[in-house]
Amino acid sequence: MSAIEVSSLEKLYGQLKAVDGISFSVRKGEVFSLLGPNGAGKTTTIEILEGLRQRDGGQISVLGADPWKKGYQLHKKLGIIPQGFTFFPKATPREAVTYYSTLFGVKNDPDVILRKVILDDASKVYFENLSGGQKQKLGLALALVNSPELLFLDEPTTGLDPQARRNMWDVIRGLEKEGHTIMLTTHYLEEAEVLSDRVAIMNHGRIITDGTPADIIQKHGSGERLEVRGDEMLADYVREKTGFDVTYDAGNVSVRLRDKRDAVIALASIDQSGLPWKDLRTRHDSLEDIFVKLVGGSLEEGGTIKRSSDKSNLARETTTR
Amino acid sequence: MASPRRVLADLKVFIRGYTRSKIGLFFSLVFPIILILLFGAIFSGGNGGPINVYVENRDGGPVSVAFVKALDNKNTTRVTLVEGNQNLSQYLLSHSANQGVLIPSGFTQDYLSNTTVNVIVYTNPADTSSPIVYETVNGIVTSFNAANSTRLHSIGINQLNIKSQTYKYIDFLIPGLVGFSVLTSPMFSLVNISSEYKKTKLFKQLSLTPLTKTEWLTSKVIWYVVLGIISFFLMTQVGSALFGAHLDYALMIIPFLVIGPLFFVSLGMLVGMVSKSVESAAVVGNLITFPMMFLSGTFFPVSLMPMYLQNIAHGLPLFYLIDGLNQVMIYSNFSQALFDLELMFVLSAIAFVFAVAFFKWRED
Repeated sequence: MSAIEVSSLEKLYGQLKAVDGISFSVRKGEVFSLLGPNGAGKTTTIEILEGLRQRDGGQISVLGADPWKKGYQLHKKLGIIPQGFTFFPKATPREAVTYYSTLFGVKNDPDVILRKVILDDASKVYFENLSGGQKQKLGLALALVNSPELLFLDEPTTGLDPQARRNMWDVIRGLEKEGHTIMLTTHYLEEAEVLSDRVAIMNHGRIITDGTPADIIQKHGSGERLEVRGDEMLADYVREKTGFDVTYDAGNVSVRLRDKRDAVIALASIDQSGLPWKDLRTRHDSLEDIFVKLVGGSLEEGGTIKRSSDKSNLARETTTR
Repeated sequence: MASPRRVLADLKVFIRGYTRSKIGLFFSLVFPIILILLFGAIFSGGNGGPINVYVENRDGGPVSVAFVKALDNKNTTRVTLVEGNQNLSQYLLSHSANQGVLIPSGFTQDYLSNTTVNVIVYTNPADTSSPIVYETVNGIVTSFNAANSTRLHSIGINQLNIKSQTYKYIDFLIPGLVGFSVLTSPMFSLVNISSEYKKTKLFKQLSLTPLTKTEWLTSKVIWYVVLGIISFFLMTQVGSALFGAHLDYALMIIPFLVIGPLFFVSLGMLVGMVSKSVESAAVVGNLITFPMMFLSGTFFPVSLMPMYLQNIAHGLPLFYLIDGLNQVMIYSNFSQALFDLELMFVLSAIAFVFAVAFFKWRED
């Protein structure tokens, strides 16, 4: 049974196709992530599903209803943290939970909800004085007051420090264990990999791949790799001597392995080259590697794409110096 | 259907935020009091400058013109000419004035033909400026009589007291400042809130709850009605206790204190919603608020202004609020107040409907 069904969804901003005919579904009880850089169309998609924006094409169903037409009724069943969650500056988390509970017409013990999101220690601090992580936790707390069937978390950890981000992950994992269906947008690849049952990678308004993180890595990854730190000459030498698929990127020489014997051959070749190398390791592709491969760049902290060519230029500069 | 429970919940959280922000409270409650103290002190009967004397010259001949010129001597008295053939006593009452001089028709001819003629000096025995004005007029009369050597006393003085209750500046100032408070608190606050919430997308968040736009707006109107009543109480008490303001209290004041905030909350909301940024909203808000504040009779009667400004004032909603309060609290003229109230009601209903219509929770 699907909590969300999306078919050929489209959204235009003037001439720009922010969402370009995407289709996916979110099953009940799973964590589904929309992953992509800024401007990929993630927030537009999630806001259409929340009933905040009207679509220009396609069909959608959220808990069996059209969110634009039935938004008011649907919101009683949804928990939502919008991107850049904010609240009344002079209200405390405790007051905020009480306020939302009254609006939704439900009885809640604010302390219980705040404990659930690990915010009970700041229950009497004004919103304006909360840290970024605490503010996001309050957003999550408010999203929970109506015991929602479905949670939309739009970039819930953006701008948080690593520790606060991991705290938030713990809270989201706890909600998943309780059986909540969660739709998450993020530009943090690790976050999507760690939290999600299934992921859809978006770019330029389109879904370029989707599935479980393992399926995506399996489908688009290049298997096991042997990697050493070295220069481009080393990469050329190993490629020439072994005929293996060898790549060089920013001081990293990477050899694709078909089986275990390839590792021995590659290592022998590296040793014979007489060129300096260090930091030997083998590894599988991560979701980040797949992202770089599919999108053509890696994701920066702010959600922007850093192209591979930028990295190469930087590496060359470093080598020259 | 609006839910009182949600309105109250929203009202509660808004009041907390409002009262915890000292700036809002300062401008709502303390600032008008400061204005009362300031203007009350300035206009409470001190004789620091020339005394304003309203003069109605029904003659227009050269002698009467010279008489008026002598009275307009800049140091002691300054003349404000009253046009037309008016009831000067009533005119002085409606302008909260304590001194006036009426020069009768035929003044010049009588003076030149040595016929006795009287100028009428209206004074207020309770006002300290009145004896000065009387003595000044008396001095001018004496000098005119001395110039006319053929008769000793061709010009005489007939002194009359201004009838009815003595109005003071503070009596007009308080209803004006009540109107000022009813205008500024919701206008500034709602312009800021609506543009700020739009920018931070707090409205979008609220749209994800069962709270409706009408409920949100209603809770704001309720708060500003309560704040307006508190402010009214404080201002009238301070005005009466410190400056002896004479004001009538009637139940008809209450609808003005309800409809006023309804209008200005809606107007503030509209300005905030149609403005593209917080900064432009503040500019537009000030452009609307300040001229309205000064042209609607907040600090001085509209009738003192040039006619073109009076025409502009009659197009401003605040004018009808202040005029209505003046009619109830000073003149006890309830029929005029009812007219003002009806007009305000219609304007407020239109503004509220427009505010709800332009108020967008969802898509930008």
